[in-house]
Amino acid sequence: MSRRPLLEGLLLAMWLIVNESLALHHWLLGTAFALGIAALVRALRPQIAHPRRLGVALRLSWHVLCDVVRSNLAVGRIILGTLRQQPKIGFLQIPLEMRDPHGLAMLAVIITATPGTVWAGHDPADNVLTLHVLDLQDEAAWLQTIKQRYERPLMEIFE
Amino acid sequence: MSGAELSPWIALPAAALLIAGGLLSLVGALGLLRFNHFFARIHAPTMGNTLGAGCVLIASMLTSSAVAGRPVIHELLITVFLLLTSPVTTMLLMRAAVFRSESGRDQPGDTP
Amino acid sequence: MNAVLDWAVHFALACFAAAMLCALLRLLRGPSAQDRILALDTLYINGMLSILMLGIGLGSAIYFDIALLVALFGFVGSAAMAKFLLRGEVIEP
Repeated sequence: MSRRPLLEGLLLAMWLIVNESLALHHWLLGTAFALGIAALVRALRPQIAHPRRLGVALRLSWHVLCDVVRSNLAVGRIILGTLRQQPKIGFLQIPLEMRDPHGLAMLAVIITATPGTVWAGHDPADNVLTLHVLDLQDEAAWLQTIKQRYERPLMEIFE
Repeated sequence: MSGAELSPWIALPAAALLIAGGLLSLVGALGLLRFNHFFARIHAPTMGNTLGAGCVLIASMLTSSAVAGRPVIHELLITVFLLLTSPVTTMLLMRAAVFRSESGRDQPGDTP
Repeated sequence: MNAVLDWAVHFALACFAAAMLCALLRLLRGPSAQDRILALDTLYINGMLSILMLGIGLGSAIYFDIALLVALFGFVGSAAMAKFLLRGEVIEP
């Protein structure tokens, strides 16, 4: 594991939340489980993420929450308007600069969790992301959002 | 409802969150029914899976904390789990649909 | 004040039931296999949310555990089916 036992800490927190108790025996049992499971999982995924800069991560989470709310309203409006016309769907190619696999995974989850956009593939050879968009009106705006709002902070966090 | 009377400071926000969550999920499922192409349909349930479920889970946290008289946060587990897993399912389905339409196994959509 | 919350719980339950009905129609209508899996995914999430709704309405904590289990197994099922569509097998050697 890294210098900071992130996975162990998360597993211990999960154990304490499930049991809803801060008693000593839950701490001991949870620590034992966390260490054991983290040791087992390490063999499955030898690559370790080194996230940094908590402040950037918090600001990114806030931006993502705002975007999720905004695009929920936008997609809802499109759905309720489908009696008049179907939306204009389409694929979008976006060249990326980020190479870190954990950053790419986070980018995939962020893009897919936002309604209206779905991650449709990534070409590792030339690092191009294929994106599927529900309402393809302004390609440049999508490109700008992905690159500036998500990719830049993720690069700061993971690279 | 059973149990003690909840204070309006808990009950009103919880009720608002429940109504918002229900409406979001309903609109998302309606989109599943209304769009005429699979690649459009895949966007619709994301609404209910993220913000709809999030609203309901926060409301559940509020009311169960008020009923128990202490902070109850184990709904946070479902929230985090859902936020991590529902994009994975969507991405796998998207990849499968792209693969199947490329290999000509079926034409996704253009059927109502 | 509980009347307001009670009303909201019933309203949300009705919304989730209608959403499950929409998903069921899409599940029956298809036309492609990925449509049916997407409908099943929506169905289980809305079912889980209505179980949570019952937990709020009845003021009981045991519904949380049921909802957590539904969320866990629903994800495993949807991911396995989507993986099968993608590759033709679920666990690759």
